[in-house]
Amino acid sequence: MSVTRESEALSGHGLDVARIRADFPVLHKPVNGKRLAFLDSGASAQKPQCVIDAERECYESYYANIHRGVYQLSQRSTQAYEGVRPIVQRFIHAADEREIVFVRGATEAINLVAQSFVRPKLNPGDEILITEMEHHANIVPWQMIAEETGAKVVVAPIFDNGELDMAAFRERLTARTRFVSVVHVSNTLGTINPVEEIITLAHERDIPVLVDGAQSAPHMPVDVQAMGADFYCFSAHKTYGPSGVGVLWGKLEHLEAMPPYQGGGDMIRTVSFEKTTYAAPPQRFEAGTPNIAGTIALGTALEYIESVGREAISAHEHGLLEYGMEALAEIDGMRFIGTAEHKAGVISFVLEGAHPHDMGTILDMEGIAVRAGHHCTQPLMTRYGVPATVRASFGMYNDRDDVDQLVGGLRRVKEFFG
Amino acid sequence: MSDLRELYQEVILDHNKQPRNFHGVDPHDHEADGYNPLCGDKIHLELRLDDGGRIEDIGFNGDGCAISTASASIMTEVVKGKTVDEARSMFDRFHYLVTDESAQPDPSLGKLGVLAGVRDYPMRVKCATLAWHTLQAALENKGEISTE
Repeated sequence: MSVTRESEALSGHGLDVARIRADFPVLHKPVNGKRLAFLDSGASAQKPQCVIDAERECYESYYANIHRGVYQLSQRSTQAYEGVRPIVQRFIHAADEREIVFVRGATEAINLVAQSFVRPKLNPGDEILITEMEHHANIVPWQMIAEETGAKVVVAPIFDNGELDMAAFRERLTARTRFVSVVHVSNTLGTINPVEEIITLAHERDIPVLVDGAQSAPHMPVDVQAMGADFYCFSAHKTYGPSGVGVLWGKLEHLEAMPPYQGGGDMIRTVSFEKTTYAAPPQRFEAGTPNIAGTIALGTALEYIESVGREAISAHEHGLLEYGMEALAEIDGMRFIGTAEHKAGVISFVLEGAHPHDMGTILDMEGIAVRAGHHCTQPLMTRYGVPATVRASFGMYNDRDDVDQLVGGLRRVKEFFG
Repeated sequence: MSDLRELYQEVILDHNKQPRNFHGVDPHDHEADGYNPLCGDKIHLELRLDDGGRIEDIGFNGDGCAISTASASIMTEVVKGKTVDEARSMFDRFHYLVTDESAQPDPSLGKLGVLAGVRDYPMRVKCATLAWHTLQAALENKGEISTE
């Protein structure tokens, strides 16, 4: 898969990286006196100027609490906030905007589903099926409700290349399985899971499925209806939006049948000390004053992604993945963690003789931001027998100079740990 | 601008490659496990005190970055033969050296001085102090510590 600079320039994937980079102010601020090569979008993406402006404009021009005041500012804020629902609906191709619940992030979305949808259904001996490549956010909430109810968390294993063992997954779908929760794209391995197949298998047994889309929403087109999922979630901060905001999508029939997750203002219909009735979804799950400006800026971020083009982003990042894997494979002692055939723009690796943490420090001095650690996937680290890995993950604004800078930084690592 | 050579001095690279006292202590009367959840560094420390309360033998094993491995290796060298109080006082001075920007070189710390460069990398201070926190836990019979 020899990819030359000419072929990139020719194909271009319809994506003008230089123009995109110009939209992200932080990319032009040197780090340790060096050009910043930001290769940690898997942890959190940088923000384009329009997102920063949207949040600032809310506070400067029309901020007030939503769903309350009859005065103009509150009305404008409410409109702007509620106006994000149809944007999200379009972004993930949901059937109805009432299926869009604003939460703090993918973590809260999973906890919400665990507590409100799954927990009431669990009896001792019941099973929740996840995979070996889950983020802690898609492990711990299930362990918590399993412990409380006497249910069990069952784990479907992966192959050495980081692909899910589908035969083993199938075997673990049993009469006791009550729920399946699976990551769409692994944050550590980059593996793109066959979620459609997983959902079909689960639905044959009437088992609902949550797809953790934290790493898929920013990087590829998502159609929750075609996918067939029951729940899907993602975080705004990984889709070039603010932190502290996220989205839970759930089929309306599920959301309507679910009890509230938290009680408070904004989620009620009527309150008396004798009896309170709850609002319909999505308000039922949005107790308290939300991150108003942040949610509005999420809408701007999703529109920005759409304006660039999600197919184009996906193709561009895939090009960088191939270029990066090829370039890094040249380095002595390189071991990739995660070599699935269908992979998103994530390269996890270890280098013989050099601990990931030391690599992280040396790369930082060269202006390269990567994640060094367990990536909130400790079971995967155990699986591969490594304490940690270095992870380079791509966003739409990365280019080959970033990859080349990483390769140069690793040569510097070799000077110390050769 | 701090230079990487200040951080990764030859002595540190050497101790990382060939850690000293990298073994268990048999028999031992104190032990502890140290864990740095941020980066996954793990260390197991064992030691034996003599009748006079001096550290007669000490050893460690585990898996960590160069800074934490070298720091543990050098620590075992310098505290061997010291009393518990002397070791504690050393940790205080070492902690000051790697965290306080105004800290002056402290000749009484001997070889530990090579780790002074860590203070320019706040994210790495816990790597340098993990072994010491573990030593403290071992002496207090706490069993395990985690540098949250």
